[in-house]
Amino acid sequence: MTAVLFDRVRRIAADVLEVPEARITVDSSSENVETWDSVHHLNLTLALEQEFNLQFEPEEIDEMSNLRNILSVLGRKLKPAS
Amino acid sequence: MIRIRTVKWASVNTSDVRQEIERLVAGGEVGAAGLLRKLWRAEQTASSAAFVVRHYETLRPKLDLSPHRLAVLRSFTVEPIVPFLRAGAFDAKIDLTLYLSDFNAYVQEIVDPGSRLYQFSPDCIIFAVQTRDLVPALWSGVSRLNSEEVRSTVEQTIADLRHWITTLRQNATAHLIIHNLEEPSLPSAGVLDSQSVTGQRSAIAQINRELGKICAELTNVYLLDYNALVARHGHDHWHDERKWLTVRLPVANQHLNDLAKEWLQFLHPITGRIAKALVVDLDNTLWGGVIGEDGLEGIRLGVEYPGAAYQELQRALLDLHARGILLAICSKNNRDDAMEAIEKHPGMLLRPAHFAATRINWGDKSQNLREIAAELNLGLDALAFLDDNPLEREQVRRELPEVLVIDVRGDAMDFARTVREVAAFERLTLIREDQQRGDMYQAQQERHALQANAFSREDFFRSLRQEAEISGMTKASVSRMAQLTNKTNQFNLTTRRYTELQLMELQRSGVGDCFSIRVRDRFGDNGLVGVAITRRRGEVCEIDTFLLSCRVIGRTLETAFLSFLAEHARAAGTRYLQGWFLPSKKNAPARDFYSRHGMEKKEENSDGSLWSLDLSTTQIACPDWIHLQVLHGDNE
Repeated sequence: MTAVLFDRVRRIAADVLEVPEARITVDSSSENVETWDSVHHLNLTLALEQEFNLQFEPEEIDEMSNLRNILSVLGRKLKPAS
Repeated sequence: MIRIRTVKWASVNTSDVRQEIERLVAGGEVGAAGLLRKLWRAEQTASSAAFVVRHYETLRPKLDLSPHRLAVLRSFTVEPIVPFLRAGAFDAKIDLTLYLSDFNAYVQEIVDPGSRLYQFSPDCIIFAVQTRDLVPALWSGVSRLNSEEVRSTVEQTIADLRHWITTLRQNATAHLIIHNLEEPSLPSAGVLDSQSVTGQRSAIAQINRELGKICAELTNVYLLDYNALVARHGHDHWHDERKWLTVRLPVANQHLNDLAKEWLQFLHPITGRIAKALVVDLDNTLWGGVIGEDGLEGIRLGVEYPGAAYQELQRALLDLHARGILLAICSKNNRDDAMEAIEKHPGMLLRPAHFAATRINWGDKSQNLREIAAELNLGLDALAFLDDNPLEREQVRRELPEVLVIDVRGDAMDFARTVREVAAFERLTLIREDQQRGDMYQAQQERHALQANAFSREDFFRSLRQEAEISGMTKASVSRMAQLTNKTNQFNLTTRRYTELQLMELQRSGVGDCFSIRVRDRFGDNGLVGVAITRRRGEVCEIDTFLLSCRVIGRTLETAFLSFLAEHARAAGTRYLQGWFLPSKKNAPARDFYSRHGMEKKEENSDGSLWSLDLSTTQIACPDWIHLQVLHGDNE
């Protein structure tokens, strides 16, 4: 599940940040991906909301400035209600 | 979890296409453009928009796209809309260069003639300002206003808008698209709001009415009914309050593409990416069932379901016909069966006279479409094609990639709406010629019949009894003349595009002379069909623009028009008449025009060739079968 989630996030991040998929790793962040500016950050969160059919809280959006955090926010939100 | 699996399936589906696109783009192959278009039509998400745009950018230099510079003046975040807009534009073969104004800096940008907006020299400016930013008093503060204050706020807003729009009009030649103001879904006063003529909604409606009038009064200024757009999708769905409060993005994620699409509905007619004719199939498209099997009594067409769905489509086609879009038939049938249904079936709203061309036979549809294009004197890229059969659509897509094949989804009940939403059928202005075009083509069919019977070309020309009328540019003719410079591709020597304002400026400044030609013949009035623009420098009169609408090519009218230009140049005291032929993908019919008329090649470079005529030694005669009349006016 985690690997599948990572693949989906990586494809969307690559599309929105306009880089080849291979450039995106769990260590990618707004610090080390040149195109990851504030406009692309907004576009990325919107694309993820669309792909996973959910809404992020403003605090979550601030937190999602690297792949690791994006995966952990998504992991939390996608957990089936018990 | 099931929901997620469904989404994943959708993305797996397109991943092969993506890989193929990446492979082709890496090899620099233009064929990738077709796949990009396919991907975009299948999956219009934010991430596929970005993917499509990135790869189109790489192919851009190799594609035949219309460049277009678009500026957006806005009071809210539109950045996430941009990838959708660019992907949709690429799909329509429009190469966008974009300028976004700073937030709420639109007034400074408009009033300062040296602003970055004007430096950008846009072809088109979109004014996208929200009610809550433009008149906060009428959006959220209205309960604190008395009726007198509401009235004065309305008047002030109308005055501001009028001032800004006229200033834009004076400072730029661009097309202007003006958003109107949205009405709130929940008025401050609740149901009480509707009980008063100075209520919040009626105040905003009043501003919108005046705004509509302002746009109609000015040239190339168009209203985008934003209030209706929001209502069409539903106020409650359109907005996302959370995104508005955090990042000033008022439009909900799932509607970002809808705003981009609405802008594209305007960009299609502005950039000339339009379809001039719609070719339709018959069985299971114009009526339900198969005429050859079910017979006149058996096909489904009428006011009751299921025939009503087909009537709805016919109604949509009638609306296109009224907009000047030609209709044609391409159907695999026995001609007599099909024509009998079209002539006699009581449920038919369309009749034979509505169709400018028909190909009803058992032949290949792409060959028939080629013939229809030739008969209507249109390029294949001016045709749209509607057919319920996916195999026929696929075949046409493959054989004739220039033709716009309409994506039909769902069943017959969706056909009418699908046709109404095709951006290539949008028009922003209608002039007499547009509305009569269908009739003119019918006269054209009769002309062709005559040509087939005539003994010689000369006899044919004589039998047409052509009466041509040349005149300078007038207020009444300028919009048709600008339209012709933008739409004419085949018989066009230089393919230079002009807006109305540019033509008026050319004429006013005395830099150039603009002429138009109209022609009547025994079958009817063809209207204004040609434009020429000349510029005088010393002893040279240069033909800047020379074009004829394709429906009058091959009738020696071009010789008559050129003979006039030669006479006019001579009378003005110049010695040489010169003109460039600038080859384009489509203007081969004009290639030998100057050489045929005895002009000599003076110069040639990578753009084209310059031809010259010594007026002191050579004349160009007007064919004696054309009665030519020159109207001398003061050009006003």
